[in-house]
Amino acid sequence: MGNNLDALTTVFTEFYYWVTVVFMFLIHVGFCMYEVGVSRKRNHMHTLMKNTMLIPLVTITFFFFGWWIYWAFPNGPFITGPLLSEAAAPNSPVSPTMATNLGDRITGVFWAAFLLFSWTAASIVSGAVIERIRSGAFWIIAVMIGSVTWIIDAAWGWHPEGWMVKLLGYHDAYASGVIHAIAGGTALGVLVVLGPRLGRFMADGTPRAFVPHNPWMVTIGLFLIYTGFWGFYAACNVPIISPEAIGGQITGETWTATTIYLTPTTLGAITVNFLMSLSGGLMVAYLISKGDAFWTYSGGLAGIITASAGNDLYHPIQAFVIGGVGIWIAYKLHYWVERTFKIDDAVGSVAVHGYAGFIGLVIAGFVLWGYPSSPFEATPQ
Amino acid sequence: MGSTWAVDLANTGAVYPWQGYELIMVIVAVALWILWHIIQLREEKAEFAEDIQKYGSKEGIKKALDEHPV
Repeated sequence: MGNNLDALTTVFTEFYYWVTVVFMFLIHVGFCMYEVGVSRKRNHMHTLMKNTMLIPLVTITFFFFGWWIYWAFPNGPFITGPLLSEAAAPNSPVSPTMATNLGDRITGVFWAAFLLFSWTAASIVSGAVIERIRSGAFWIIAVMIGSVTWIIDAAWGWHPEGWMVKLLGYHDAYASGVIHAIAGGTALGVLVVLGPRLGRFMADGTPRAFVPHNPWMVTIGLFLIYTGFWGFYAACNVPIISPEAIGGQITGETWTATTIYLTPTTLGAITVNFLMSLSGGLMVAYLISKGDAFWTYSGGLAGIITASAGNDLYHPIQAFVIGGVGIWIAYKLHYWVERTFKIDDAVGSVAVHGYAGFIGLVIAGFVLWGYPSSPFEATPQ
Repeated sequence: MGSTWAVDLANTGAVYPWQGYELIMVIVAVALWILWHIIQLREEKAEFAEDIQKYGSKEGIKKALDEHPV
């Protein structure tokens, strides 16, 4: 920290990420409540412990190798360049910057923010597979999605130097794809392998509804996930940075908040768009589900997830409409897939995260047509 | 904005897509809002009509109250 302004900026940034981590903890509290609320009585403890123990397992493996992968893999490797071992070195578990170090106040909180994204990725899969998976098998899957596959995707599509950002113009500011679609897709794959819960489909193939044992836990859990999602959105931003520090094409001396790609945005914009996409999702979900609380709340979440790829840039009305379109398609797809392929997605994870996230990416590609994916020269639009 | 980030942020304002179409977007959103109420009221009315059909007789109401005491 060279001078007082640098010191203030650094300490503000450190504190900002710390607050986001505390907020994001609520996502996991919400997921636990939600899953236990949906499960049947004999499965409560298994469901709870399955989701709880992914916390330590993903945490230590994210420390061992997950964080290093993010910094080492933006080029693929070998798609647009080699393994970035030099850039990744300060983020390896043997680096002094990963421990108490007065010369680096940011790596720790930045690591923690990404770690909470990792828990979420694993927890999305956890919800889909309740009441039929062995804990030991799930925890290996949790480590794979939480500390390997999602973070490879983050290196490719979220890092400003990621090959998808540089070659394809991929823009996914609040992770419709890099977290939600990836985790929802993983959940779908695991569900195909596991098959449905016993008795979930009748002999003629008709789905049998397993009604949540405690709708209040489900709804409060989803409210907590919404609350934690605020922290998630803030954590996807850089709170304050100068054009000089960005080092891209932006000129002048005006400091700004940016997305993870270092493209300028404002906390005001993402706050309004978050609320408008939540509203679009809730309103459409209420109508198509005929007032079902489970789907209405999930629809609010799906609305946010659909608009997340472009919520740094959308007009609020675009966010509202996109949120509504996302849950409409996700809801229809959920029941079509359930009927056609006998997929038993217990909490609607694949629909809310997988389908909505993927739809959000496709929509962002069209609505944000012409926008550069990063502030660096020669990035596609 | 829309094609490059080679700008001075001191001179940059709105960056959202479809600038110039704000009024149209607001009209569409207001129409969707009103449509939501219309659909919701219709479905609620149909739901109540069905309930009245099933349980709306004096005897039915009495039975329902007996089954669900306060």
